[in-house]
Amino acid sequence: MSTETLTIGKALNLGLRRAMEDDAKVVLMGEDIGKLGGVFRITDGLQKDFGDDRVVDTPLAEAGILGTAVGLAMRGYRPVCEIQFDGFVFPAYNQIVTQVAKIHARSRGKLAMPIVIRIPFGGGIGAVEHHSESPEAYFAHTAGLKVVAVSNPVDAYWGIQQAIAHPDPIVFLEPKRRYWEKAPVDTDATPEPLFASRVVRGGDDLTVLAYGPMVKTALQAAEAAAEEGRSLEVVDLRTLSPLDLDPVFESVRRTGRCVVVHEAPVTLGLGSEIAARITEQCFYSLEAPVLRVGGYDTPYPPSKLEEEYLPDLDRVLDAVDRALGF
Amino acid sequence: MTALHHATEVVDPVPGAEAPHLPQQPELVQLLTPEGERVEHPEYSIDISEDELRSLYRDLTLVRRWDVEATALQRQGELGIWASLLGQEAAQVGAGRALAATDMAFPTYREHGVAWVRGVDPLDVISLFRGVDNGGWDPVATGFNLYTVVIGAQCLHATGYAMGVQRDSADSAVLAFLGDGATSQGEVNESLIWAATFSAPVVFFCQNNQYAISVPIERQSRVPLFQRAAGFGFPGVRVDGNDVLAVLAVTKAALAAAREGQGPTFIEAFTYRMGAHTTSDDPTRYRLASELEEWKLRDPIARLKAYLSRTGIADHDFFDSVEAEADELAARIRTGTVEMVDPPGTSMFDHVYAEQTPELAAQRAEFAEYHASFADGGHDRPDEVTPGPGEDVF
Repeated sequence: MSTETLTIGKALNLGLRRAMEDDAKVVLMGEDIGKLGGVFRITDGLQKDFGDDRVVDTPLAEAGILGTAVGLAMRGYRPVCEIQFDGFVFPAYNQIVTQVAKIHARSRGKLAMPIVIRIPFGGGIGAVEHHSESPEAYFAHTAGLKVVAVSNPVDAYWGIQQAIAHPDPIVFLEPKRRYWEKAPVDTDATPEPLFASRVVRGGDDLTVLAYGPMVKTALQAAEAAAEEGRSLEVVDLRTLSPLDLDPVFESVRRTGRCVVVHEAPVTLGLGSEIAARITEQCFYSLEAPVLRVGGYDTPYPPSKLEEEYLPDLDRVLDAVDRALGF
Repeated sequence: MTALHHATEVVDPVPGAEAPHLPQQPELVQLLTPEGERVEHPEYSIDISEDELRSLYRDLTLVRRWDVEATALQRQGELGIWASLLGQEAAQVGAGRALAATDMAFPTYREHGVAWVRGVDPLDVISLFRGVDNGGWDPVATGFNLYTVVIGAQCLHATGYAMGVQRDSADSAVLAFLGDGATSQGEVNESLIWAATFSAPVVFFCQNNQYAISVPIERQSRVPLFQRAAGFGFPGVRVDGNDVLAVLAVTKAALAAAREGQGPTFIEAFTYRMGAHTTSDDPTRYRLASELEEWKLRDPIARLKAYLSRTGIADHDFFDSVEAEADELAARIRTGTVEMVDPPGTSMFDHVYAEQTPELAAQRAEFAEYHASFADGGHDRPDEVTPGPGEDVF
């Protein structure tokens, strides 16, 4: 057993390194990912060790990154595309949703698109506009894509390797404000399946669902609630498409209450879908409506207001209070 | 009037307006005049046998017959839509015949002539327009990618594929097809940047058929399209797109350069879409009949026929035999189209993912169960429950 304490950022870096060592067809593509190591340094040192054919500093054009990845994938390569920030993915949106997502179906399975699209997503770092968004619902709504969101170093390390080895295109969301969170990672362990949610804290009174950067917030809320004698179960969704909700249904049938937390605007966000499914599956067990806590239906605000915009401990606890009050 | 003069008139960005900053309209590379006379070009020559010439004529004729038949089938309600290539046969057959077996072509949705040359069954193309599938051919086996409907998206795929060819040190090149309208797309411009930057073995073959649906080339560019290449740092050439010999020669040369590591070329095949954009379109609303009549004088098939007749390379018997073959092809297409079987409903779930998701597997099962619940099968056509995917290998 080999355990190291790693940040999410370093875990991703090591995961990428290991994926590149395991498969010579893995090619990293993106802006500033070479000498600079990416603006978050996730690819730090990789170009030096693997060469500029494997770690490609691309021209500054996101559609170009994704569109050429399609051609490389057709040729048997496994491109890992870095989008510098969430708000910059939209120039590539056409390629992702009309091409990357559809080519396997269009070709009746003759062409595979094993492409990973890494996106540092979410807010909380005091950035200017287009650097703090949560675009997951756009991608989760697109058939042909899979979407995962990691919340911790263990999932970052294993998840990136599993995503790269997977035959389908995966939008891989990295919680940028948690890049520096640390945890021990056993690099010899047998990883958990990629497309599975996980109960990260047991509890009896209410289920809190979260993913990516909000998992930590949810755990903090559970901690605070425990001091008031309330037992919250926290589930890290981990996979946003496909959704792995069976463990969630099980949890909600036991607790009878559920709060879904994400940073993205609440209206038509992932929480809406999850609330609908819980209602369908757990109707007779529910003691309260499924409540959602998320961003407002506004453009992501200037950074001086982001603490007001982002769900925090208090807003989660407030929702918990309301759910328990029914 | 020569083709060059016509070309100059048509492409002038603002007819009658002075544009002193623009370079002179360039000559088209031409090896066969509209009257069917062979001419030489200082940079491009072609060494071609009489058999090959006859075979080019055959391809042009059969492709046109296929196209005309498909248009008729659409009019009779057998196809949802059809994108006609009428008038562009020489550009497509010439470009397609320039490809080596190991090369890869990335078409738009109008490259039926290239499909034909690559050995794709016309019915596999027609099935897409009938709505039976998204194209029934194997892109890997044929070296002819599936059609791409989103304008210009395929140029990036071609460039990425060419980067893969380069990494594999493979002896092949890539031919990306696009139209004049596509040159306005950001993704096409990105593909030109990528191709130049990485010196990728890709040739961009732009069929300038003068219209993006209804919008003329003047709305896409103030300079002749092939000149754009200079701004990206690689050669551009304009070829008479209605001259199959010139197209063949120019494309072959560009593909050879790509294979030899000289990077990309942009070819502008100057041609004309004699039909509508698709069968949903009405070109009489945006172009004059006289313009069409002028272009008919440059018909790509008539000029080759004139050359073959004049030189005695082909005689009546040959032309009659090609006509007979075209009739047979048309009949086969007609029969094959109307007899095409709709796919089972469950098939829509089968290839969304290489690794099926539990959610979609559940939807598929629900769908099958729902349709099976109609005892008389009258609600939907009989729906066989085929095994799900998961065995996909790439």
